[in-house]
Amino acid sequence: MTLVRLLAFLVIFACIAPLRAAELPGDSVYRLPVALADQDGRTFHLADRAGKPQLVSMFYTSCQYMCPLIIESLKRTQKAIAPDGQAKPAVLMVSFDAQRDVPTHLKAVFGQRKLDAATWTLAHTDAASVRQLAAVLDIQYRALPDGEFNHTSVVILLDAQGRIAARTDKMDALDADFVAAARKALAQPASN
Amino acid sequence: MRAGALLMALAALAAVPAAAGAADYRPLPGGRFASVVPADGKDAPAQVAPFALRSEPVTNAEFLAFVTAHPQWRRDRVAPIFADGRYLSHWAAADALGADALPAQPVTRVSWFAAQAYCESEHARLPSWYESEMAAAADATRADARSDPAWRERILNWYSRPSNAAVARVGGDANFYGVRDLHGLVWEWVDDFGALLVASDSRDQNDPDRLKFCGAGALNLRDRDNYAVLMRVAMLSALKAADTTVNLGFRCARSTSSGNTP
Repeated sequence: MTLVRLLAFLVIFACIAPLRAAELPGDSVYRLPVALADQDGRTFHLADRAGKPQLVSMFYTSCQYMCPLIIESLKRTQKAIAPDGQAKPAVLMVSFDAQRDVPTHLKAVFGQRKLDAATWTLAHTDAASVRQLAAVLDIQYRALPDGEFNHTSVVILLDAQGRIAARTDKMDALDADFVAAARKALAQPASN
Repeated sequence: MRAGALLMALAALAAVPAAAGAADYRPLPGGRFASVVPADGKDAPAQVAPFALRSEPVTNAEFLAFVTAHPQWRRDRVAPIFADGRYLSHWAAADALGADALPAQPVTRVSWFAAQAYCESEHARLPSWYESEMAAAADATRADARSDPAWRERILNWYSRPSNAAVARVGGDANFYGVRDLHGLVWEWVDDFGALLVASDSRDQNDPDRLKFCGAGALNLRDRDNYAVLMRVAMLSALKAADTTVNLGFRCARSTSSGNTP
């Protein structure tokens, strides 16, 4: 009985996963099969984020200077996109540091930075997935011997189906073009 | 009699991977290596763990077998996010090589994602930049021939050849490690191609409008006289993972120790 249920579950699971990938456009970042864990240890797949536009970036928590700046920039951008109590776009930040940035570590930073639990996700994934995700987002990084990472600081807007709709590397001030693109994406009715 | 038949069947079974061209991997010892790309962006040598490297680049025939077994990597089925429009475009068809892609030529016009997927099918991965640079530093008799002007000259001569000339077959002379075709045939993908970061001058760090890099700042390249290697760095760092080019192929590597560093 339990075996049958397990088999049924496996069959359903095996059918759903490729079906979902096939529905996505060919240039969707969500085509990449990446398993992540958020700051509360909940596991999810990158493609689970499909359905609404979101802001995506990559960072690592032991970064002293640039990464807090990326977080502040994202907060500012989020606010500019949705002022006055409008629904804010979700933010996903994935860590380069597969070794150290485990969920408990991410949780601590989540609190320190006073991130909005309703819209923010800090996520961990394995080193191979970090490499692939960075490649698909065109973010460059390299691990340094002292445990730091050298990386490009980029915020990417993914549309509801995971296509890259806009990107900005402007971290010290608001990027008006990026905000406009995000507003436009959010105004579109959620299709597919 | 029955045992004999069984043995023969077993032998036939064992011969299957060999017949399909089980790739030859050569062990490299790793160790400290003075890379043109210093590990810390200043002057630290790279630490390379022992690894094994495919003795030859992946050929058209081998890649055809791969796309046949994994049709999601056929040029007519691959998602555009994983390979650009010129992916395998020199093949006669999505499932046939044709006159412009001989079986023994190294496969080119493959994206980083496709190369990675191929290596996974061989229970391997793409080599890191340091691994590939280390293997390519050897000549026929020395593990590191880079300071020899004659060696540099020979490699530069290859780089100055026009890129529209037909690509030769794999199977050039073996180097010190028994690895072939690291120079003179095609450029090759590395796993961390996006990590080389030479496009940006490190002085950009001080430009408040372009706070682009975190960590130790952009890389300072060492050994600026080693143009051949610097050309590889420049070429690789200009690529995106879905890009394909006429003379960019790949080979795979395997970690041989548990201390596998990315």
